[in-house]
Amino acid sequence: MELLKIIILALIVNNVVLAQFLGICPFLGVSNKVSTSIGMGGAVIFVMALANLVTYLLYNFLLVPLHIEFMQTITFIFIIAFLVQIVEIILKKSAPALYQALGIYLPLITTNCAVLGIAILAIQKDYNLIYSVIYSSSTAVGFTLALILIAGIREQMELSNIPKGMKGFPISLVTAGLLSLAFMGFSGMV
Amino acid sequence: MGNFRYFTDGLLRQNPTFVLVLGACPTLAVTTSAINGIGMGAATTFVLMFSNLFISLLKNLIPDKVRIAAFIVIIASFVTIVDLVMKAYTPGVYASLGIFIPLIVVNCIILGRAEAFAQKSSVIPSLLDGIGMGIGFTLAITTLGSIREILGNGSIFDIKLVSENASTILLFILPPGAFLTYGYLIAIFNAIKSKSNI
Amino acid sequence: MAKKLESTLRNMILSLLFIGVGMSAALAYVYILTKEPIEATAKKAEIDAIKQVLPSFDNDPTKDSKTEENLTFYFAKKGSENVGCAVKTYTSKGFSGTFWLMVGFKPDGSIHNIMVLEQKETPGLGDKMKTQWKNQFNEKNPSQFKMKVKKDGGEVDAITASTITSRAFCDAVQRAYDAYMKIQKP
Repeated sequence: MELLKIIILALIVNNVVLAQFLGICPFLGVSNKVSTSIGMGGAVIFVMALANLVTYLLYNFLLVPLHIEFMQTITFIFIIAFLVQIVEIILKKSAPALYQALGIYLPLITTNCAVLGIAILAIQKDYNLIYSVIYSSSTAVGFTLALILIAGIREQMELSNIPKGMKGFPISLVTAGLLSLAFMGFSGMV
Repeated sequence: MGNFRYFTDGLLRQNPTFVLVLGACPTLAVTTSAINGIGMGAATTFVLMFSNLFISLLKNLIPDKVRIAAFIVIIASFVTIVDLVMKAYTPGVYASLGIFIPLIVVNCIILGRAEAFAQKSSVIPSLLDGIGMGIGFTLAITTLGSIREILGNGSIFDIKLVSENASTILLFILPPGAFLTYGYLIAIFNAIKSKSNI
Repeated sequence: MAKKLESTLRNMILSLLFIGVGMSAALAYVYILTKEPIEATAKKAEIDAIKQVLPSFDNDPTKDSKTEENLTFYFAKKGSENVGCAVKTYTSKGFSGTFWLMVGFKPDGSIHNIMVLEQKETPGLGDKMKTQWKNQFNEKNPSQFKMKVKKDGGEVDAITASTITSRAFCDAVQRAYDAYMKIQKP
């Protein structure tokens, strides 16, 4: 039950993009097409779950015993950059098809603040290992959901007549605002 | 005079928030009040200034292939310094900015300026660029924060403009308000820019 | 201008090592420098909160405190007279997760004042609990005052449109009261 609550909260109610404002850069950058959004989402789910697992272990079994919790930021970002690199190399060798699909999105993930943000939040929330991994994967699925939703809307908007000043980022932001308003409706659920 | 342009570029022509649309996460997340905007802006400016300075100093010592890793280490260190200093001396602001302080590391403005400017330029222009970009960012998010605070909470810098019980447009303090305000501000900025040709 | 280092393996490792060690040293230095101010700020915030919720006292309650089941009790004295106890309490039932309160009890168990320490409730709705709303608890004794919102059959006026936050607030205060009673009568 507790687990289900975490999943629903992370997936919809506290949606990482629309309610917590993490990962806005890729959200605005690569949400032109539904197909690219799915690719980006897949890569993020993979890296986020993995990064969370590693940062959790590292924090609790290295930083805490050594009393250097203040090194958290620098260690975590380094781990994430390192993981993204490793994942890229492994995928290239062992699953070329998947690499083809995710390849160009992988390097972008290092600067996706959702990955670092969720790693830090999971530590702050004091989850155990299993909860922490489930929390991060459902957050990543929530990210993908938001990305696909807005990409679908933007594909339709290509065809419509928008005032010149509103083209590009402004209209995307306003759309995101309306989506976020819609997602707030879920907040009574849990 | 020539160097001065590097400073003013960040303020208007290349404003990181309204023109380059970088660092959108903190822009949206922390701007529930004007004071938060200033706090976040100051922290980011500090990091931007020092990371630009150090990267342009060390640029010849960093081999190309590991440059991103090296930049990230430098940036993350300054972020941690800001984190510790704010925790010690401005606990109020620290508490309301919360997780977005460590997240300055992944603010695209900083890595973006390192990559696009500091690693190719000499020390003084890099420093000026960092300060200009930082102030441009601060002004932008403070504007955003002020608008949201006035409309959503009926106050500015915590000074009440309306009576305690008056109802305000709450939406602007909630997440959707952030997206809407930011979207319309960029649109206004675009419109002004295309008219006056700056 | 000096020539840029080439990307040989040796150069890459040396360069990263140099930056890594240099930066870690700088961080360690700042950490040591700010360690005391950070602790002092945290302690000052704690004492300020206790001063807010209790009548005036002249001892240092942070020295006369104990922690049980995540709640911290600070005992305040004026001279040798016991003026009350501030309890740092929490609830995990808030609308946006856990929030923390400092509740000041007088020796007879009635509430003197409450202060919100850390919260992430919705601005403009749930976070109204920081305003005059919480003053309705002052001078009430939870043994007679039913610590529940009116909707649930209690005596607390809920914040408009924020029943969940109001319920959570009651939960936190009730938790503090129960624990305070428990340690008074061992």
